[in-house]
This record gives sequence, C-alpha cells and structure tokens, in this order.
Amino acid sequence: MLVVDLLLALAALATAGQCLLLPGLFRAVANLMAFGLVMALIWVRLEAPDVALAEAAIGAGITGALLLTALGQLPASQRDIQPARDGLPRRIIPITILVLLITGMLWAAILGLPKPGLVEEVATLLPESGAEHAVTALLLNLRGIDTLLEITVMLCAVATIWSLQQAIPPPTLSHYYPGLPTLARWLHPLFLLMFSYFLWQGTHAPGGAFPAGALLGAGGVLLLLTGSIAWMYQRAYNLLLRWLLAAGLLLFLITALAGLLMTGTLYGLPPRLAGYFIIAIEVATALSITLMLMTFYLFGRPGAQQ
Amino acid sequence: MRLIFADTALTSETLFALLAALLMALSLVSVFTTRHLIRRLLALNILSSAVFLLMVLTARTTDGIDPVPHALVLTGIVVSVSTTAVVLALYLRRYRMKPPC
Repeated sequence: MLVVDLLLALAALATAGQCLLLPGLFRAVANLMAFGLVMALIWVRLEAPDVALAEAAIGAGITGALLLTALGQLPASQRDIQPARDGLPRRIIPITILVLLITGMLWAAILGLPKPGLVEEVATLLPESGAEHAVTALLLNLRGIDTLLEITVMLCAVATIWSLQQAIPPPTLSHYYPGLPTLARWLHPLFLLMFSYFLWQGTHAPGGAFPAGALLGAGGVLLLLTGSIAWMYQRAYNLLLRWLLAAGLLLFLITALAGLLMTGTLYGLPPRLAGYFIIAIEVATALSITLMLMTFYLFGRPGAQQ
Repeated sequence: MRLIFADTALTSETLFALLAALLMALSLVSVFTTRHLIRRLLALNILSSAVFLLMVLTARTTDGIDPVPHALVLTGIVVSVSTTAVVLALYLRRYRMKPPC
C-alpha cells in the first residue's frame, strides 16, 4: 500500500504546487479543489473517515465554490491580473534555503513527537457519554465546549459578513445552463437522504452533525447558485433565518446550562440523559451548520433591498 | 545524512509527515511572498490542511486510533472555511466600493 500512499503524496504536492506557483487565479482555485479531494483520500488512508467526509464536502466542494463565486463577482481586470513575480528570480536562493530549513526542522520535529494518545481515557468514558462513536462522543459531549466555541466562531463569521455589505444576488446561471436548476432540484432529495443517513449514523459510526451539515450545505449552495432558494433573500424571512442560524448555538448553551443545573459542572451531562441531549444538539447543529455555510455565499446581509 | 535518518524506515507515516512538512514550507513561503490576496488565502487553506495532516498523524498511536485529534481537525476544517468566507467577503467589499479603496 506504500505505492498508493506515495502516489497520493505526489498528487497532493503537485496540486498544491500548481495552486500556489502557476499563474492564473481560476487554475489555482481548480487545483485547490483537486487538492481537497486528494486530501480526503489521504484521510481515508490514515483511518480518519470522519475527517475524510468533512474534507470532501467542505475542503473540496464548499471552499472551491465560495472562491469561484467570489472570482466571478470581481471585475475582469482583477480576475486576470497576476501580480508580476519579478522579484522572484532575485530572491529564489533565500526562498529555497528558507523552504529547506522549514521542511527539515518540521520533519525532524514530527518524527520526534511523543505519542501519548488518549485512547484508553476515551474508551473508559465512552459508555457514559451517550454515543457509541468516539468522535461524535468527543465533539458533542466530552469536549463539547470546543464545538460550542466553534459554532460561535461560525456565527461570528456570519455576523461579520452581514455587517459588511448587502447580499450579492446569485449569478444567473440558468440563463447559460437551462438544465441546471432542474438538475439541482432533482438532486436535492438525494442530498436530504444522505444528510439524514449521516445524522442518524453519527451516534454509532463515522458521520454525525459535521459531515451531514457540510453535505446538505453543499446541496443547498447548488440550489442557491441556481436561484432556487428565493426566500433567503426576502425580508419577510429574515427573522426566521436569524433564529435558525442561531439555533445550534442556543441549544448548545441550553445544554451547557442544563448540565450546570443537574450536575454542578458546566456542560456536565448526566450519563442517563446524555443520549437524548446528543441527538437534540446533533440535529440543531447540523441544521445551523447547513444554513451558515449557505449564508456564506450571500457575501452580505440579505433582505434589505426592498 | 545516513546517520540522522538511519533508524527511520520509509513507512506511510514518515511519508505523510514529509508531505505535511513540504506542504507547510511551500504554503508558508507563499503566504509571505505572494502579493495577490486571494493567492494568499489559497496558501492559508493549504497551510491549514498541512497542520491537520500533522494532527491526524499524531492520532495513530500503538494503542489504536486516538479520536481526540480527529475531533479537533473536524472543528478546524469548519473554522477554516469560516475564515475563507470572511476574507472573501472583505475582499469583494473592497472592489465593490466606489471608488475602490
């Protein structure tokens, strides 16, 4: 299997190198998406299926679509101009030395890393956590504070974007590709099915709120880009959208406070009820992640034009 | 050179560790030398992928797979897409202002 790993490593290096070194922004973004897919395969090889699912949906799909949408909004002069790398030939020697130095130091540091691991600790706590799959148990119960803060970061990102400008209407893709909106609508039930499957599977196998939210987010972005989700731009639905965006964080906070009331420690869930709490948080977090990923594409605050 | 790496067999883990180090070096240099903001954003994305690769590598212990770094990487992926979205929105605002600043 070393050959497969070698090929994957070479592919990752090649796509990353083409993304960063060759001229042309469009080509760079396309290479970044290919890099995301290669990374997803590497996660599978490293036995990290949860990370692979999230990377395939977010790293390859959503980030690439975000970048391409943003490039499409730029004026043509900005899109085509590549900054002249006239300084490069002069600085190529110090840069090479720097690269080699950083690489060598990092490789030495990685090889010398101690590997303590928390395998046993997690295994002993797993029966009390309310989930059978270790990663889900960690994300939603054992280290739930991390996830709470992460949802807060996402909500802060949405708030920042909304405070910058008004939403940019989606490009009229249906004019160039008449079949695309229909295809997106036909595919959406499939996205919903996969979303429910991952969400349900999350408590006992790889899956859970993050891959599920990322997947439905990717499907939603497809609908958004084809102009099939008009309600998100309308003023009447703005309040509902805000509540839905905040639902994941609110439920997380309620859970943390409930833990404080019941066991005396913040987010200390009693083992008897932990399973129900985990399912509730999982559903709310997945929905919030889906909607937040979709609102990233608006690049601004919707519902103010009327 | 042989002395330093004499006890290091070429396994998948050393290979991916080397890949992570190379990716990190490449993207760090790009972050510092590229002038185009979007190119820098791409370099940041690749840098975060390299860091995630390192963290997942540390998860492979002799006792089995440590789920803690996996959970942290999942969190990190979502945070990095949030960063990308905010930077892109800032960038778009810069060019949609009249006159562009």
